[in-house]
Amino acid sequence: MSERNIILKTPGLTMRFGGLTAVDNFDIEVQEGRIVGLIGPNGAGKTTCFNMITGFYNPSEGNIYFYDEDITGLPTHKVCAKGIARTFQNIRLFYNETVLQNVMIGAHLRQRSSWWQAPLNLPSFLREEKEISDKAMFLLEKVGLSDLAGEKANSLPYGEQRRLEIARALATQPKFLLLDEPAAGMNPQESWELMHFIQKTREDFDLTILLIEHDMKVVMGVCEHIWVLDYGKLIAEGPPEEIQANPKVIEAYLGEEYLENA
Amino acid sequence: MMGDRIRNHTLTLVAIFGLATFLWWANGNFDGYKIQIMNLIAINAILAVSLNLIYGFTGMFSLGHAGFMCVGAYVSSLLILPASQKEAIYILEPIIAPLHAAHAPFVVAVLLGGVVAAVFGLLIALPVLRLGGDYLGIATLGFGEIIRVFANNLVPITNGALGLKGIPGYANLWWNYGFMLFTFYVIIRIVNSNFGNALKAIRDDEVAAKAMGIDTYRYRVTSFTIGAFFAGIGGALLASLLTTIDPKMFLFVMTFQVLMIVVAGGLGSITGSIIGSVVITILLEWLRFVENPIIIGSFEIPGIPGMRMVIFSLSLVLIILFRREGLMGMRELTWDTLLSPFGKRGDVE
Repeated sequence: MSERNIILKTPGLTMRFGGLTAVDNFDIEVQEGRIVGLIGPNGAGKTTCFNMITGFYNPSEGNIYFYDEDITGLPTHKVCAKGIARTFQNIRLFYNETVLQNVMIGAHLRQRSSWWQAPLNLPSFLREEKEISDKAMFLLEKVGLSDLAGEKANSLPYGEQRRLEIARALATQPKFLLLDEPAAGMNPQESWELMHFIQKTREDFDLTILLIEHDMKVVMGVCEHIWVLDYGKLIAEGPPEEIQANPKVIEAYLGEEYLENA
Repeated sequence: MMGDRIRNHTLTLVAIFGLATFLWWANGNFDGYKIQIMNLIAINAILAVSLNLIYGFTGMFSLGHAGFMCVGAYVSSLLILPASQKEAIYILEPIIAPLHAAHAPFVVAVLLGGVVAAVFGLLIALPVLRLGGDYLGIATLGFGEIIRVFANNLVPITNGALGLKGIPGYANLWWNYGFMLFTFYVIIRIVNSNFGNALKAIRDDEVAAKAMGIDTYRYRVTSFTIGAFFAGIGGALLASLLTTIDPKMFLFVMTFQVLMIVVAGGLGSITGSIIGSVVITILLEWLRFVENPIIIGSFEIPGIPGMRMVIFSLSLVLIILFRREGLMGMRELTWDTLLSPFGKRGDVE
């Protein structure tokens, strides 16, 4: 296998809230172009890791390198501008806006013209607005929501809201996409579709994807490398087959039930 | 789609032409009182739409509108007052030298009033917009009061509590409605652009907006400053319409009136603010009868000054209790909705 670039590196990443250490020495290296997973029981600190990487939290210790560039402590919007986009565990769409507007808002980051050009009606401004709306439509077609472009985001069914959130994240033109429990609340059929969707998205947009997921079928089916977090500490890492066989992981996360069913 | 757009633009032009014809007709046929109310409608619409940009579209609860109006009113009035009038009214202390000679045409004075109000808006926004929600409301309320206290005490500039009198009454129907259309045009263009979408994103979910790469602080400051600019213009026009201003005019009640129009019309709806301005301005005048003694049969109810505001405060409470989204909610009245047979309400395009 050829050497891949390291897209994300987090040496010694630690987050403390008062006396509580939510994440302790979280140290991962993500290779470019991979789909990788972060799993662990509830409250293990997975979302805290996402929040540190995307700049919502300033880590207590350690650093975050994105393509060898130190992005520790950058504000969220600058992290996004660097090329890291995310979705949220409990979907956070702009609910009063239409599906199309939601994606256009994602694309706003790469918009060059500024607000004062709007009342002037400059041709360059109108052209760019058109480009953004076309690009948003293109992304909606990719995720299969183009028919619903004019609907309010809050009128969409759950699964489609998830896909819209991914389309919105893609509109920021990321290189690295963080998905926080994309399959939560989906039935087996939907999660199966989601797996293919994630793989196809990676191919189409040349992405690296890190996902948090509880649905083991999705994690094992789509991830090439997995990290396991328990009580804020990494307890294992490796390819899915190894993780599935690792007794520490089974004990901490998968439980005995899983062994019986397997 | 394209045909619709041309049709809508044509209809808008026809509507503006219709408004102009009506103004021309009203100018010759209405008495001074009715014309005054029409002028107030235009100014209130400017103020309401500018507050709606701040509160309704960007979600910043601001109570500083009277402060920006005050700045706009004083700046523009000082620029259009003739030097002789300035000498006559500054009794306590003479006006400072550069302001004594300062003079500008009306349209420049009004725009400068807006610009200075915007500068004040920017200065207050930079520290205060780090706050959110109720804190922002309290901070901007305090700011409005500070402006008023300054106006009261900077006697060589503002003539203190005596205020400015004999301001030339340039603000006729044409100027007021002209500035109103200018305000509508600029704010509608902004709100309907992708920048406007970003503002709405901040209102809906600031966390998600940040994650989408929007510098929410900078955008909030920008929106606040634009809103302050138009509030300044509204204040400048009001000063010239009333021909006399003093610091007491810009008490919190002034902000409250504008806030009421915005909330009643619908937060996040431009057409709602317009309808709200028309209805509430007329109601405020019409309700004056409750402040006069009323005789029903042999009973005489004595007139209570300020009763209008009691009724309006109560109606604001009722609106918030029973129809929180106001008349229009976040919807807009568009040509498409007006023309469709079932009158289905649409959204901003």
